[in-house]
Amino acid sequence: MRTSRPILLVEDDNVDAMTVKRALKDLKVTNQLVHRINGEEALNYLRDKDTLKPCVILLDLNMPKMNGLEFLKIAKTNAEFRQIPVIVLTTSKDEQDKVETFQFSVAGYITKPTDYKKFVEAMRTVNLYWTLSELPFSGA
Amino acid sequence: MRDSKPILLLEDDTVDAMTVKRALKDLKVSNPLVRAGNGEEALVYLRNDNNIKPCVILLDLNMPKMNGIEFLRVAKADEKLRSIPAIVLTTSRDDQDRFQTFQLSVAGFIIKPVDYKKFVEAMRIIDVYWTLSEMPNSEQETTNANFQTNSACRR
Repeated sequence: MRTSRPILLVEDDNVDAMTVKRALKDLKVTNQLVHRINGEEALNYLRDKDTLKPCVILLDLNMPKMNGLEFLKIAKTNAEFRQIPVIVLTTSKDEQDKVETFQFSVAGYITKPTDYKKFVEAMRTVNLYWTLSELPFSGA
Repeated sequence: MRDSKPILLLEDDTVDAMTVKRALKDLKVSNPLVRAGNGEEALVYLRNDNNIKPCVILLDLNMPKMNGIEFLRVAKADEKLRSIPAIVLTTSRDDQDRFQTFQLSVAGFIIKPVDYKKFVEAMRIIDVYWTLSEMPNSEQETTNANFQTNSACRR
């Protein structure tokens, strides 16, 4: 990523979260991965004044308590949080999910490949793009 | 790009617009490139129902009449337009520009490399990313888009 700020991963499935962590490690992405298990926990992280705002948010959609779409509804109406690019990372190919999340101006919607090699390749592209692109918060 | 819909380029500089066109051609990106000279022209294109909505919008910031930020304010408040990913493509390194455009949820802010080879590389990354990513409303409009442009889908 272009800055060294953490990547916020919102994902309820522990195995999926470990796969993301492993892929980033394999790609030598040095940004810290902050893992939260639902939208509510992610908002708590973002609202905590002592934590660094993430460079990007990787967001699963189907989660208990507060799902991805509910998270977007809140995050995208907050002046501070809405600048952070949100990339949907999901297994859902549901057309409605796509339409609704793009209405919240997500900065990408990636259907997770099940094959690990293909998944790493997808993460490599995500990392390349967000290294080329500037990010909302400069510096560390 | 993931689908065959046009790419809408907002760029007042003819030479810069030609560079984008040339880079996309060199990369064998088959999506048609539609150019608008400023935000106002882009809105006219987007609001004409006879035109296919673009898969992405590449936008310059400094333009006469209606600049990039003014365009984003209007487009992002419009239900029919706000789902189209807008990627800033600029020479501006201004922090305020970056702050304001990310406030309007842009899907990327890319500082144009002056060197042509590096510029092509930047466009390549944009193309690969937006081929990996799904696009909004693909199902609804793709049939129509294929019919009208007859352009090959890169998937």
